[in-house]
Amino acid sequence: MFGLKLDMACEIPDKYYSLEDYEKAEPRWCPGCGDHSVLTNIQKLCREKQLDPAKTVFVSGIGCSSRFPHYMKTYGFHGLHGRAFPVASGIKFRRPDLDVFVITGDGDCCSIGAGAWVHAIRYNINMTVMLFNNEIYGLTKNQTSPTSRVGTKSNTSPRGSILPPINPLQTTLGVANVSFVAQTVDWNPAHLYATLNAAHEHKGFSFVHIVQRCPVFQPDLVDEFTSGKDAFHLIKNENGIVLDEKAEKTFKNSVEHDHTDINAARHLAEHENGKFYLGLLYQNKEAQCYDDYGAHNLGFTAEQKMSVLNEELDKRAI
Amino acid sequence: MSNDTMTTPAVKSQNTKAKIIGEHILEIVSDSGEGAQKCGQSFASISAKMGNGVWTVEIIPAEIQPPARTREGASGIRVRVGSKKITNMGNEADLLVAFNEQVPYSRIVQNAYREGTVMLLESKWATHSSEEVKEKYASAVEDFKRQGIDVREIPMEVECLKLVKNPRKGKNMWVLGMLSHVYQRDLSRAEEQVRYVFKKKKDEVIEANLGLLRAGYQWASDHLDLIYEIPVLPTEEKLVVMNGNEAIGMGVLAAGIEVVSMYPITPATSASHYLADVLDRAGGVVHQAEDEIAAIGFAIGASYAGKTAITITSGPGIALKTEFIGLAAMAEVPLVIVDVQRGGPSTGLPTKVEQGDLLAVLYGQPGDSPKVVLAASTIEECFQFIVLARKLAETFRIPVFVLTDANLATGQQPFPRPKAEKDWFSPPIDQSPWKEGVKPFDWNMETGLSRRPIPGQAGGIYTLTGLAHDENGIVSYNPDNNQKTSELRSKKLATIKKTLNPPVIHGEESGDLLIVSWGSTLGAIEEAVDQAIALDAKVSTLHLRFLSPMEPGLKEIFKRFKKVLAIEINYSDDAKAPYVDEENRRYSQLAWILRAQTLVDIDSFSNVKGQPLQPKIILAKIKEELNIK
Ligand SMILES: Cc1ncc(C[n+]2csc(CCOP(=O)(O)OP(=O)(O)O)c2C)c(N)n1
Ligand code: SF4
Ligand SMILES: [Mg+2]
Repeated sequence: MFGLKLDMACEIPDKYYSLEDYEKAEPRWCPGCGDHSVLTNIQKLCREKQLDPAKTVFVSGIGCSSRFPHYMKTYGFHGLHGRAFPVASGIKFRRPDLDVFVITGDGDCCSIGAGAWVHAIRYNINMTVMLFNNEIYGLTKNQTSPTSRVGTKSNTSPRGSILPPINPLQTTLGVANVSFVAQTVDWNPAHLYATLNAAHEHKGFSFVHIVQRCPVFQPDLVDEFTSGKDAFHLIKNENGIVLDEKAEKTFKNSVEHDHTDINAARHLAEHENGKFYLGLLYQNKEAQCYDDYGAHNLGFTAEQKMSVLNEELDKRAI
Repeated sequence: MSNDTMTTPAVKSQNTKAKIIGEHILEIVSDSGEGAQKCGQSFASISAKMGNGVWTVEIIPAEIQPPARTREGASGIRVRVGSKKITNMGNEADLLVAFNEQVPYSRIVQNAYREGTVMLLESKWATHSSEEVKEKYASAVEDFKRQGIDVREIPMEVECLKLVKNPRKGKNMWVLGMLSHVYQRDLSRAEEQVRYVFKKKKDEVIEANLGLLRAGYQWASDHLDLIYEIPVLPTEEKLVVMNGNEAIGMGVLAAGIEVVSMYPITPATSASHYLADVLDRAGGVVHQAEDEIAAIGFAIGASYAGKTAITITSGPGIALKTEFIGLAAMAEVPLVIVDVQRGGPSTGLPTKVEQGDLLAVLYGQPGDSPKVVLAASTIEECFQFIVLARKLAETFRIPVFVLTDANLATGQQPFPRPKAEKDWFSPPIDQSPWKEGVKPFDWNMETGLSRRPIPGQAGGIYTLTGLAHDENGIVSYNPDNNQKTSELRSKKLATIKKTLNPPVIHGEESGDLLIVSWGSTLGAIEEAVDQAIALDAKVSTLHLRFLSPMEPGLKEIFKRFKKVLAIEINYSDDAKAPYVDEENRRYSQLAWILRAQTLVDIDSFSNVKGQPLQPKIILAKIKEELNIK
């Protein structure tokens, strides 16, 4: 009709998902906890992208932050402490149709799960990863984390911690086949949203380091974050994460950065002089995705599988 | 070496009459890397193809290239060949091929030989440039003879050098040729086997090996007065031959499994090697994870997402997987876990057999963690149980273990060719739309069964959690809910048990002694029991395949025997050892469980020598128990 090609007709989704379609239980995080705002922004992202809740999976480990999947009305997997990555990798490996998100804490990822973390970066399976770094163990009530700064007083280091912290950005940038590394903070919704969005757009292991407030066990840090705005520098690059003017204005300082330059990214990741660079540090769209291999031979029929078995049995026939 | 130790066979074999025998046990031992196993496996394949029953056991050092000419470094294979079906490795070997005089000692400490065992020994060491080597050789030959071993010195290397420059590669094929003549194997079949073994090699390599094979055959024909004939019983049945790990691999193909997630560990790895080679063509992928924890986590993720998944490992790997096994039980994720057991604890005896993981597998998780445990007792069962395990895992939404061991892993035995059924390959779950309103844990209160949704199914949305949860998958610390859901998970085992038949007793239904066993000891125990019955002993045996849930009717059966004895390959205290008394004696693993479940005073007889049990040891135990002289 009217020369309109049928296959050109725009697809009208049979269902429009609203925010409520992604909201499940009332979150049980403490008031003022940075996790709340990440949840809200993720729900917003799901709605903006109209992600099918049935085809979206939130995978986590154990910790305050890892409760996240329980608050999403999508599929979820709240598994073991430190083991979100292998589970998420197994889910995505042969289900290219699923959208996989991973939620992990600084203890979950950088301590007990460190081995799996390094390898997940290298597998570069398509998933959006959020590391909630509050520099402390929240759920188990105030123990030193591998990302705690020197001198952090906690129940396991009452006289102050002595070891230098792991820098998750540096570590991630040091692993072969790294493909996407970004940093954001929980209290700047516009930046948080834009970063999560960019991470979700990227095909591969999109690692987002979220500086997260824990007012209960890290009140001093929360003060430092909110008073010391000067420390947060916006990474600017028109091909990277772009904020609108209003949002940009929330930053006093900014820096131009080429996110294809891994050495420059490593330099920013150093947090020299206490500076935090927010935005896209590194991206490599060409990195090998292990899930492409995982999904290379899907959908075999029973007959096909049976004929291979029979061939193999024939080889061993007497 | 003095001349009188040189044995030149007096009679050439043309004049030798073939000795007809029902069965023979031969061993080939060498330094690592000399190809003794390839030689033995080929011999076994040729024999199986000719219609003989065979059983092989590999002798594997833990290192890849341990120092040459050492007693601990021996590498090799035992092949038991017979007219009838062979079910175990047997007692002492009848014939032994040794590539040097040191390696037999590793087997002598295992009582592998007897007076009269023929040893075909490489003689090159007798004229070695090193005085020390020469002396060692001469004294070992003396020693073997003193032990009654019938030593024949064979110029293997000298003969091989006539054809090739480096006989280290190829001597094994010359030996295969020699053995082919000794056992009257078809030369054409042997040639076919050599071509198969070297199929990936260049033509020159194949030709060189064929040359060696023929030369060995001819040499034996000209020089050896040994000819055995093992008649073949005609059979119509179509058979296949493979080792236990290949059978696991084929089981994975037959179960339509799509994700094999593993971390390399002896003696399980070769199953994954095989799968890495073929699974791709059958619509699946092998994932080599960063460790065993990640391996099982990956498999659980795949299974949660609706793909059939398996993880294959051995004892130390099971230890690492423990927490995830508990999660699979708690969150009811179907999963097949294969444990190819080796000697433990810790790194233990990596290449040797033990049945030491039973209790760890059954009770390894903190809290109550019900799971199904199957134990394969033959190569054929290694295949079948993978297919069965997959079905059980999915139907009952539960982790299912298949236990095998180092003995089954490398042992070869022919079995009837499985007839694949289409149903084996069906998708893991009903993919039809999830009915709105049906809960993700919609438990049947009687059976504990529930259907599970997978991502993609609208209406089935839930968050899987290892925390206590209710039928909606919602975290619940409610006391009654935890009690109820624990009961429901446990009920699944009771439900499975209702579908099982009582085990079949081998021997009379009642008597003086009942031997209870599981796993790879089946053949050796039945052989010993049959021999004892022939001596009028009132002994029977019962072999368990299901260890969780246990097969039904055991208590009733046990009551019909004066004594019940568990025989297995794992540690138990000797009842007569100092300080050991009735209260503190530590029993073998199956005995522990059976004692607890049946309240019958079950005794145990077991050892951890890293060896399959010889029938003769079991027969001796039966005789001791029943006072038979
Ligand atoms: C195997 C195991 N060890 C320890 C714990 C206890 N545990 C739970 S959460 C946690 C640390 C959480 O810290 P983090 O990952 O930083 O998350 P947060 O609570 O700060 O969000 C620990 C040690 C556990 N659940 N499992
Ligand atoms: S303890 Fe800290 S991290 Fe945990 S919920 Fe409370 S504020 Fe958030
Ligand atoms: Mg933390």
